[in-house]
Amino acid sequence: MTVTTSVVPEKPKVVRSGRRFMSGDIACAEGALAAGCRFFAGYPITPATEIAEHMSHRLPEIDGVYIQMEDEIASMAAVIGASYAGVKAMTATSGPGFSLMQENIGLAVMTETPCVIVNVMRGGPSTGQPTMPGQQDVMQARWGSHGDYEIIALAPSSVQEMFDLTVEAFNLAETYRVPTFVLADEIVGHMWERVNIPNVETLKIVNRKTPREPPTEKYEPFRPDSDLVPPMAIFGQGYHFHATGLTHDERGYPRTESVEAETKLVQRLCNKIRTNKDKIIKVENVLLDDAEVAVVAYGIAARAALSAVRKARSIGTRAGLLRLVTLWPFPEQQVGQMAKKVKALIVPEMNCGQIVREVERAAKETPVTFLSKLGEEPHKPQEILAAMRGTST
Amino acid sequence: MTEAELRHPYEKFLRKDRIPHIWCEGCGNGIILNCFARALDELNMDLDKVAVVSGIGCIGRISGYTNTDSFHTTHGRPIAFATGVKLANPELTVAVISGDGDLFAIGGNHFIHAARRNLDIKVICANNFIYGMTGGQGGPTTPLETWTTTTPYGNIEQAFNLVHLAAACGAVYVARWTTLQTRWLTESIKKALQKEGFSFIEIISECPEIFGRYNKMDTALKMMKWFKEASVVEHFSDPAKAVITPNRIAVGEFIDIEKPSYNRLLREMKTRAQEKKTSG
Repeated sequence: MTVTTSVVPEKPKVVRSGRRFMSGDIACAEGALAAGCRFFAGYPITPATEIAEHMSHRLPEIDGVYIQMEDEIASMAAVIGASYAGVKAMTATSGPGFSLMQENIGLAVMTETPCVIVNVMRGGPSTGQPTMPGQQDVMQARWGSHGDYEIIALAPSSVQEMFDLTVEAFNLAETYRVPTFVLADEIVGHMWERVNIPNVETLKIVNRKTPREPPTEKYEPFRPDSDLVPPMAIFGQGYHFHATGLTHDERGYPRTESVEAETKLVQRLCNKIRTNKDKIIKVENVLLDDAEVAVVAYGIAARAALSAVRKARSIGTRAGLLRLVTLWPFPEQQVGQMAKKVKALIVPEMNCGQIVREVERAAKETPVTFLSKLGEEPHKPQEILAAMRGTST
Repeated sequence: MTEAELRHPYEKFLRKDRIPHIWCEGCGNGIILNCFARALDELNMDLDKVAVVSGIGCIGRISGYTNTDSFHTTHGRPIAFATGVKLANPELTVAVISGDGDLFAIGGNHFIHAARRNLDIKVICANNFIYGMTGGQGGPTTPLETWTTTTPYGNIEQAFNLVHLAAACGAVYVARWTTLQTRWLTESIKKALQKEGFSFIEIISECPEIFGRYNKMDTALKMMKWFKEASVVEHFSDPAKAVITPNRIAVGEFIDIEKPSYNRLLREMKTRAQEKKTSG
């Protein structure tokens, strides 16, 4: 008697659920895949290259597309093209590449393209310090492309968050049809930590709204719902719609001389983020209930801040941390309300002062101390602790 | 005449609510749109599966007039955008129709790399020798010693030979026609639409309003007369010798070769990746 056993080979897993040990860049790539990303276009750049490398391994085995483009301008354009063809798409870069992407980030804003751009920030300006951490592109993320618009930016401060916030970035990009940034830094991108990757069933995945009506000659691809976000048709479905970087009406047609069209479109592009900011913004409150001094921090700087707050507590200083998970739209209300309850604020950043200006604006009368750091080392907890003493609370 | 008889035969290829178009009287872009529509019609193509992508410039507005899915990108980026579309949905026929400045000055890098990859897209370039939309400045295809708004003493830059460039970069189909040779042009567009891989068609197009006016050809008729007198059909001649001069415009099919497209190689590579993974 012969026994035949049919061995069904195990398919490559899209979501590598379970406890894993990996770098931030790899966690970011895995987060993208878990979120449904099936298209990556990029260009090698330190310290984000590992994301592209990992995508080049993983995407083909799960029927996705990885392509190395000729530059970051092309990468961003290809991402928009893939998204319009109905595939969740991303790119990953660092400062110099981020600068090149600004042109088509504007196009993605104008054509309301869901897409994710990861910027593993390094030292700048220009070529700067490729292997060193930085938080110098925070304002570029907000204002880098010309014209007036709103985007979403998230700042991970752990490898776990490189996974979680990349998933979240896709969900937000799909929900609001807006380019969404993961603003990481070299340390978070390159450090290795334990990551808990959830089971497929527990992952919350959001897909863009699609048109409710079949194709007609009068289809309006940019007519928004009450949340100000239009459902999105994709190429190849028969809608025969037009999209352009020119100011356009709800039909998608250019309206280059209409004051009304410009006003209506640009205000909606801003308002779809502004009016939904309560749903978008995430912050983490640590020991703030009775705090007299609070640190406002994000990314790698928030790790040192947390350590400083714990040390301060151990010596009887009532310190707390407001960690900004969302950088844009800026959590103005959260910072403002917290600032009213404390006597002093400390903002450590790996730049010459970017988010601190937003904090100052939100904090109103509460004094703000800024701690700048450039180069290899992030802030030391002692430095933040010393700043707390300096506020004499 | 009945209403049906009054209809333009290619009406279904146009977004009627976008007409009239913005192009000047005598502009060659209308001829290009007409030939493109005719090619789609003669091939009986499913318009649901055609995407037209254009960049910035006069011809860039063509995507807004074609009744297909269409995208009007930033300046110079239609090929890069089309790359994403074609790779994300290989079922679509993706045509990039744009100008010489868009595709070969600001967008030159994307052209050479898409051709090198043999990406399965069709690139149609309307070459009017100048930047028309901004009022007639010189560009990468402006012939030596011609006049534009920014070459008031005669152009001192050498012009691109686009046929040679496309061939050198690896395009599998390369043709050049003027807007005078509409039948040949339509046949070339049909060929490009059906061919696997990176196809390129250069269309020498008249801009009597600016280039013509600056160069003693101030009507479409005068420019067409130039095309008629200067055109020489030289099928499969050496692309390097297809330089455009006032006396000679080499036209015809220059390259028609077979080479696996990027899409095909991608499909094969994915299969390898998936088999490797599943065989442990």
